[in-house]
Amino acid sequence: MTQETVRPTDGGLTLPQYRRDDVDAHPPLLSPGYGSTVLRAPQRPLTYLPQRLTEVTGPLLGEGRVGELDHDLTRQHGAEPQGQRIIVHGRVLDGDGRPVPHTLVEIWQANAAGRYRHVIDTWPAPLDPHFEGVGRALTDEHGRYRFITIQPGAYPWKNHDNAWRPAHIHFSLFGRAFTQRLVTQMYFPGDPLFFQDPIFNSVRDPKARERMVARYDHAVTAPSWALAYEFDIVLRGRESTPFEDGDDDE
Amino acid sequence: MSERLGVTPAQTVGPYLHIGLRWPDGSYVVPEGTPGAFWIRGRIVDGTGAPVVDALVESWQADPEGRFDHPDDPRGARPSSVPGFRGFGRSETDAAGEYALLTVRPGALPAPNGETEAPHLTLSVFARGLLHRVVTRLYFPDEPAANAADPVLCSVDADRRDTLVAGPTSDGFRFDIRLQGEHETVFFAV
Repeated sequence: MTQETVRPTDGGLTLPQYRRDDVDAHPPLLSPGYGSTVLRAPQRPLTYLPQRLTEVTGPLLGEGRVGELDHDLTRQHGAEPQGQRIIVHGRVLDGDGRPVPHTLVEIWQANAAGRYRHVIDTWPAPLDPHFEGVGRALTDEHGRYRFITIQPGAYPWKNHDNAWRPAHIHFSLFGRAFTQRLVTQMYFPGDPLFFQDPIFNSVRDPKARERMVARYDHAVTAPSWALAYEFDIVLRGRESTPFEDGDDDE
Repeated sequence: MSERLGVTPAQTVGPYLHIGLRWPDGSYVVPEGTPGAFWIRGRIVDGTGAPVVDALVESWQADPEGRFDHPDDPRGARPSSVPGFRGFGRSETDAAGEYALLTVRPGALPAPNGETEAPHLTLSVFARGLLHRVVTRLYFPDEPAANAADPVLCSVDADRRDTLVAGPTSDGFRFDIRLQGEHETVFFAV
């Protein structure tokens, strides 16, 4: 589904326009296999919202929001946490492959035993006094980010009989416009728990699901120190304007 | 032409969103003590009317002059005349499903076809059970003329427009969000 670029008019206000997502790009809000959607997903069809000034601008956060050790989840609480140390890196891109520079990336995750440091997570797996599970980073001028953390564990939940969430890291992205805001989860390649996870499988297109799975990246591992995964995140791209298309052949 | 890539799919923030998304200053679109600042408060409820206690509301808005400090505003990026104005707010819901944002009223906005958008905030709601954010808009109850001319409000079924208009309170405005059910809030595809 696409939308025409808004042309200049008597007001002279020309706004960038972002491509609307394909129907299968994101999970349907009502995905009954994930029980919590049943009473929370809106039932009425969404109303079309033109992308106007409020939607094509957005918070350009970063300065002052990221501390010196926020990208390194293994050095935030005195000693090192238990678990397999990993580097998680990648780029934030738009749908045309253009890097999104200087944008805030926020992550959170369970510890190596699959336990969150959260008052409502009470399953009998150990907490780790040296792991909080929250990270922040800004992308550089090439859209690159890099975290150091530990491999999160899988954990049980009550969605269905013997339900387990595959190991994952939550990612929150802003891009440069309200329309690009995205919260997603990064999964690990080959996880045997995918088959029974209704959140991962709520994305119906298998190719789209694969975009949530990181790639093991041996080239970026730190010898005798840490394994590495690469996870590129793609936010919406812009509609091209006639101006920008001027050089293209018909 | 650059390569076209598929977007990364959205996933729910889950019940542990507070670990990663809690900001001590999240509620403050403007600093406390800002002249003219008011609170926007509201409750998020599910299809049974039960409060959604693990949600997060984010807001984005123009400053009181209707300007954005953003390079894609074709009128030019302009820092707000309100000191400390962030434009962006983030509030998790509490045990009663209530969120709160301290802000100032945005100005009206020009639209490309010569129309004028009434003062509004754009809101995102994230929660366990929401696989993708839902987006809505908040309009002000004491702007009847501007609201009547607002192209987005006018595009909404007349009998549902009131779900987008906040109500007055002693210290600002109230804007409840009903995720589903009889008086479901209007949500937008953006």
